[in-house]
Formats: sequence, C-alpha cells, structure tokens
Amino acid sequence: MSPIQADSPSTAGRRSGRAGLDVRSLFKTFGMLPVLILVCIAFELATGRFLTARNIAIVSQQASINIVLATGMTFVILTGGIDLAVGSVLALCAVTAVATSLTPMADLAIPAALLVGLALGLANGSLVAFMRLPPFIVTLGGLTAVRGFARLLGNDTTVFNPHLPFSWIGQGSILGIPWLVVIALSVVAVSWVILRRTVLGVRIYAVGGNPDAARLTGIKVWVVILFAYGVSGLLAGLAGVMAASRTLSANGAQLGLGYELDAIAAVILGGTSFVGGIGSILGTLVGALLIAVMSNGLVLTGVPEVWQFIIKGAVIIGAVALDRYRNANSART
Amino acid sequence: METMLTDVLGSSPPVLEMRGISKTFPGVKALDSVSLTVRQGEILALMGENGAGKSTLMKVLSGAYLADPGGQMLMHGQPVSVTCPADAKRLGIAIIYQELSLAPNLTVAENIFIGEEPRRGPFVDRAAMRAGAQELLDRLGVGFGADTEVGTLSIAEQQMVEIARALRVRSKVLVMDEPTTALSSRETERLFALMLRLKQDGLGIVYISHRMAEIYELADRVSVLRDGTYVGTLDRAEINPETLVRMMVGRKLDSFYAKQHSAEAARGPVALTVEGLRDQRGRVRGCGFTLRYGEVLGVAGLVGAGRTELARLIYGADPLAGGGITLDGRPVTIRGPGDALRLGISYLTEDRKRQGLFLDMSVHDNINIGVVDRDARPGGLLNRSRAADRTSDAVSALGIRVAHPRVNVGSLSGGNQQKTLLSRWLEMKPRVLILDEPTRGVDIGAKSEIYRIIDRLAQAGVAILVISSELPELIGVADRILVMREGEIAGEVGGASGVAVTQENIVALATGAAVDSAAAA
Repeated sequence: MSPIQADSPSTAGRRSGRAGLDVRSLFKTFGMLPVLILVCIAFELATGRFLTARNIAIVSQQASINIVLATGMTFVILTGGIDLAVGSVLALCAVTAVATSLTPMADLAIPAALLVGLALGLANGSLVAFMRLPPFIVTLGGLTAVRGFARLLGNDTTVFNPHLPFSWIGQGSILGIPWLVVIALSVVAVSWVILRRTVLGVRIYAVGGNPDAARLTGIKVWVVILFAYGVSGLLAGLAGVMAASRTLSANGAQLGLGYELDAIAAVILGGTSFVGGIGSILGTLVGALLIAVMSNGLVLTGVPEVWQFIIKGAVIIGAVALDRYRNANSART
Repeated sequence: METMLTDVLGSSPPVLEMRGISKTFPGVKALDSVSLTVRQGEILALMGENGAGKSTLMKVLSGAYLADPGGQMLMHGQPVSVTCPADAKRLGIAIIYQELSLAPNLTVAENIFIGEEPRRGPFVDRAAMRAGAQELLDRLGVGFGADTEVGTLSIAEQQMVEIARALRVRSKVLVMDEPTTALSSRETERLFALMLRLKQDGLGIVYISHRMAEIYELADRVSVLRDGTYVGTLDRAEINPETLVRMMVGRKLDSFYAKQHSAEAARGPVALTVEGLRDQRGRVRGCGFTLRYGEVLGVAGLVGAGRTELARLIYGADPLAGGGITLDGRPVTIRGPGDALRLGISYLTEDRKRQGLFLDMSVHDNINIGVVDRDARPGGLLNRSRAADRTSDAVSALGIRVAHPRVNVGSLSGGNQQKTLLSRWLEMKPRVLILDEPTRGVDIGAKSEIYRIIDRLAQAGVAILVISSELPELIGVADRILVMREGEIAGEVGGASGVAVTQENIVALATGAAVDSAAAA
C-alpha cells in the first residue's frame, strides 16, 4: 500500500532484529539472575563453603516456603493488587493442619489447611472484585484479623504433634531432593504454565495492564481477580502445611510473621511491576532465591544479625534500582 | 534558508530558530538535521505523519530530550542551550501537550502558580496568587474563576488554564500539540480566536494538527516533516491540500475516501434496531435508529451530545435505564460487553490507550486477546499456532507495520496501534461493528487505509456504525448520518431523509441552529 512510515521505536526493533529481541526478553524473564550468580560467587569466595551440596540443599529448603508464597503473590501483583495477608493465612493454616492431625480426622489435615487458605483468599478477592475495596486495605485487615483467628484456634499457644502424619513433607526427600524443594518447584512450574500457556494467564496480564480495556474486551474481570487471590490464599495454605511439617508444630502468634514482606520483595526483585500487567514467575523464583542466598550467606560469613537486616534491605533496594536504571537506559522513547 | 529571503522581505523577526537538530535513539535517527524557524507574532503549523518527528522535535525544544551535538538553537538571534525542561521554561518556551499536565485536585490559581507560588515569608500568599491568576483568566476571557477546582473543568477549559500558565511565565513561544482533538467545534472556535489574539500580542505559536481545515484557517506558514527530515515550509498563499499531502507522504494519495460499497445495492436486511434507549445519567435520552447489513451509518454531534454514551449502551458497557435493542429481528438483552460480543457486536473505543489497548502487551497478544477462549484447546490451554496464524493474517490484511509481532504495541505509531486494535475486533467476526472515532490521532496514510478497511467490511455485509467528530470523514465514509444533540437524535442527513449530506446541514442539526428548516426540508 503506502511506503513505510515507520515510527522510531519499530524501526529500532527492526534493526536490532530477532536476536536482540530474544536477549531482551531473556533479561526481562530472569531479571535478577546475574545478580544472584554474582552474590553466590561472592559468598563462595568469602567463605569457601557456600557452594557445597549440603549448603545448597539448606538454602533451597529455606527458600521453598517463600517461593510458594511469592508465587501466589505474583498472581495478585500481576492483576495490580497486593496480598498482605499471606503470612497470617500461613499461620492459621499451619495451626489448622496440626490441630486437625490431633483429631480422629487426621487424614483431613492437609485438605483442611488448603481449604482454609483458599477460602480466605477468595474472601479477600471478593472484597476487592465486588466491593471495589482497595487491595491494600482489604488484605491489611486480613493480616490482622487472620492472625487473631490463628491464635484463637491454637488457644494462643503452640500446637504440637510429635507424630505429625505429614512430617515427610518437611523431613523427607525424593532422589536426594527435599520434598519442600520439589513442592516449591512444582508450584512454580504449574504457575508458569498457567501464566504463559493458558487463556486465564493472558487474561491475568490483560486485567493487570488495563482493567477498563479488559472489561470492554469481554473479559470477566472479577473471575480473574478471584482466581488471583484464591491462588494466593491456597498457596499460603500450602506454605502453612510446609512450615508445620518442618517443626511438627505451629504457633499462631509467631509463625509467618513478616513473611508477606519477603514474598513481596521476591516478586519485586523478580521484575514484576507493582502496578500490574508486567512480570514473570521465573523472575519471582530468582528473587526468592536471592533473598534466601543473602540470609544464608550472611550467616556463613559471620555478619552480626543486626547487620544482616540492614544489608538485606540495602541489597533489595539497590538491586531494584539497578534494574530500573538498566531498563530506563534501554527504553527508547 | 529559504525563510531568510522572506525575512528580508519584511516579515517579523524570528523569535526561535532551530538549526540542524538531530536526535538519535539506539538504532534509529528520529531527527536528521531538522531546521525550524518561528517568527514573532505568527502561527506556524507543524505537520507530518505520525512518526515523522514532530513530537521528538518538540521534546528537544522543551528540554525533555537532549539533541545530538552539532545542532544549534537561537532565541532572538542569540545561541541558547536547552538541556532540561527548566532551561526551556526560563527561555520562554511553553508546550501544551495533548495530555494535559494539570493537578485536577488543585484550584485553577494553584495550578497556574504551581512550583512558583508567591510567598509572604515562609507562607503562600494566597491573595496575591488568586489575584494574579484572575488577571490572567480575565485576559483570556474565560468564564470560570481562579478558585475553581481544575478537575471540575472541561478539557477545553483546562487547556485555557494551561495557556494561562504559559502566559504567566511570559512565554515567547507557545507550542500546542493537537489541542483540538478533544474539543467541540464551538470550543475549537473559541480557542482559535484566543490564538489569534495571542499572536497579535507577539507570541510565536507552533501549532501541531492533523486537521487540514484548521491549518487553512489558522496558519501563517506550514513547516512539514517527513521521516525525521525537514521537507519544507509553505507560506499562507501557497497552502493547499494537494501540496501539503504530497509533502507529508511523499506521494499522491489515491482518492482519499474510497467508498466502493454501493449505498443502495449492497444493503441487506435490518441488522440492528434500537428504540428509546436511555442511560441512567441523562446523557442519552431516548435514541432510536435502524442499521442494515452492509450499511455504514454515521453518527455526528458535538462533544457531549451523547454519541459515545449511546455506543456504550448498545455494547452493554454502561447500564440501560430504558429502551430496547433488537438484533436480526429478535429482542436481545445485553448486560455487559461479553453479551454483546457473543451476539456479534464489536465496539472500537474512542480512547485506544485508556480503553482499548494493553500497552505493555505485544501486538500479537493485543490481536488475539478477544478470541483466545474461542481458539483454546481443552483445559484452557492456548492454541499458539492458531494465534500465530491470526496475527500474521491480521498484520498483512490491515497493513500493520511492526518489526516483530512480539513487540509491545505501546511502541507503535498511532495508526499502527489503531489498526492493531481494529484487528482485535475484526478477529471476533462481528456482524455489527461500532467504531468510535476510528481515526483519532492517526496520520493521513493510516487514515485512508482505515477508510478502505471500513469500506471493505461494508462490502462484506457487516453493519457498521461510525462515530466521528470530523465531518469530512463522516461524509466520506457513511451512507447516511444521524446527528445527535443533547442526548437525542436531532435528525438525519442522507439516505431516505432527503436532507442533503453537507457539513452545513449537519452543523445546523448538531447545534440546533436551524432545526425548523432542516426538519422541514
């Protein structure tokens, strides 16, 4: 038809071609992977015992619960929301699992915990989707209220079951890989498939990117939002089961305190946009690993505990700043 | 250099000269040694297709972009450097963008003085601020006060606030980037009158617009850019559509509105009947019409006449307060866009960035998002090969110019964005297609391509409703035109109505100026 009046960006894209595009999308997907690798090498050089098989197993086990929480958080943040309640939901579900295991219906311990998590997630999602309440407020309320329920259910003390039927989750392994790690990676894999290969996944990005346009395209926005918060709740429940299985116990007042912040940090480190619509599950995995590596490595290097907090916080801010700076430079308009 | 000649011949002196301005982005030269001269007390129109470099040049001027070394900028003949927005402001360069940059929650006075509030000691001197603002508003002759909250003003009034702000800092050059896109014709006239007054006060005005009619009316000279290069400048006497189009696109446009579907022969049975449609906010107050297959029905009216609101009602985007919709002779209930889409009604929104595109998603995803569920494999898995086929078909059918379909749609020019959005709706195979301002903010080349697509769809038997504020466009593409006024259908031109399809008749109906004569005709 007419001669090509290409605008500048598309011409830029054409010149850098296909290969350039793939490298860029690789960076987008794995975000902090280079930082993660550098930090691992630094700790190995500093301690000489960071990259041992034993330590890697420890780090990945420590990371597993946050990976599961952060995966759920990724769904929510992709829709433009936030779920501050996951730490408390984790606690309530852990108490539910252990308490149920002490009753004659011990077989129902895991389903009960997952069901409680799912129900709480859907409750949050309903308030956001139907009442149009801000996600921050809804889940901030959830964070406090659910914490109260967790203490109530455990009579404000530690519930303990030395013969916990699902202790294999926290203690056992398969082919030398701890079950916790297997579960966490499976959650990541399934989530990746949902986000990248299903209709629902495309719609999650669409709703997060432009809710008005999504609605006018015939997408039921409320379904997507309910799904995201439901997944977050369900995975918080799963994380509760994992946490309980490690210690054979659950304390409603202390378990999972502040976990929501680690989960959010992992998602943001993973390059997911806080306003929704942009992000990836593999980025979140890298982010969660980075946080676990920092915690473990700082202990190994003998940094005093107070300084560990300060350094971790600085690294989170620094890494994200670096990421934004890099993206700002590559942006073309 | 040709401008130097006319300077000698006695025109007013240049206030701003840009010479040899280049701007390179990684991999692309957006501006290649572009020159531009703005004289004192003139309106210089800056034209060019989207992507020609107009916005980039203005961003260099405003300090938002740093030009490549080698170029030169002169104000009143003195070399100046603009490396940040504050430099531009100090030099008296003010830019009013399409997207207004006002704080809606603050008052008019606060917005005018934002960042430089008059002070008395550590406190804001509110009285001085209000008085200063009111003086400027009076000078502009606007009908609102300095204490009005900006969020309550219309777009046109908000533009006046921006202009007041530019006047406060004693700007010498005022750049207006497509200021009339969101204005009704009455508001546009008022804006033009004001621009002429500002020009007489000695301001140099750079005016960016895609609308030819406005250029004829306003411009003293027209400078044209194409593909990041300077093509030339026409004096007022030399301005005519053929020359301008040839300069902008570097070729002749074959007949602009290629209406080939026959208004009479191709028309099929009635597709859509709308009766007594009302919304809950009183914007649409009893509208009715019929639309046949193969027909292009235009909807004209001033901004605020309820055209978009009517379209949204039919599409189910807003709740109905009354009235009925019949499709293929059967009454239908449309509770939401999902219902409309299932019935075969598609709606292209007027604001593609806010209500249409997913700017962070790829062209591919934007085209497929509406049909991913129809195409899906069992279990809700994406059918990726089907989607890839759809994308490549759509890209070639609509002539979407994109380096790779995985590129973010936000990085495309307006015309290509619009074609991407249009193909999303076409993929849903609509029987009834509602197009709301289908060519807003797209360049001339893309416009004529969109007209051709509309024509092709009508030939294929799609029933099409086109809403547009550009009357020549509406007259060019539509078989007959409904004119709306204050939420009602004020009349119809063309078709069986017997009223001639002229701009005058439409404007008369839209403004209510000549209701009796038009109705009697």
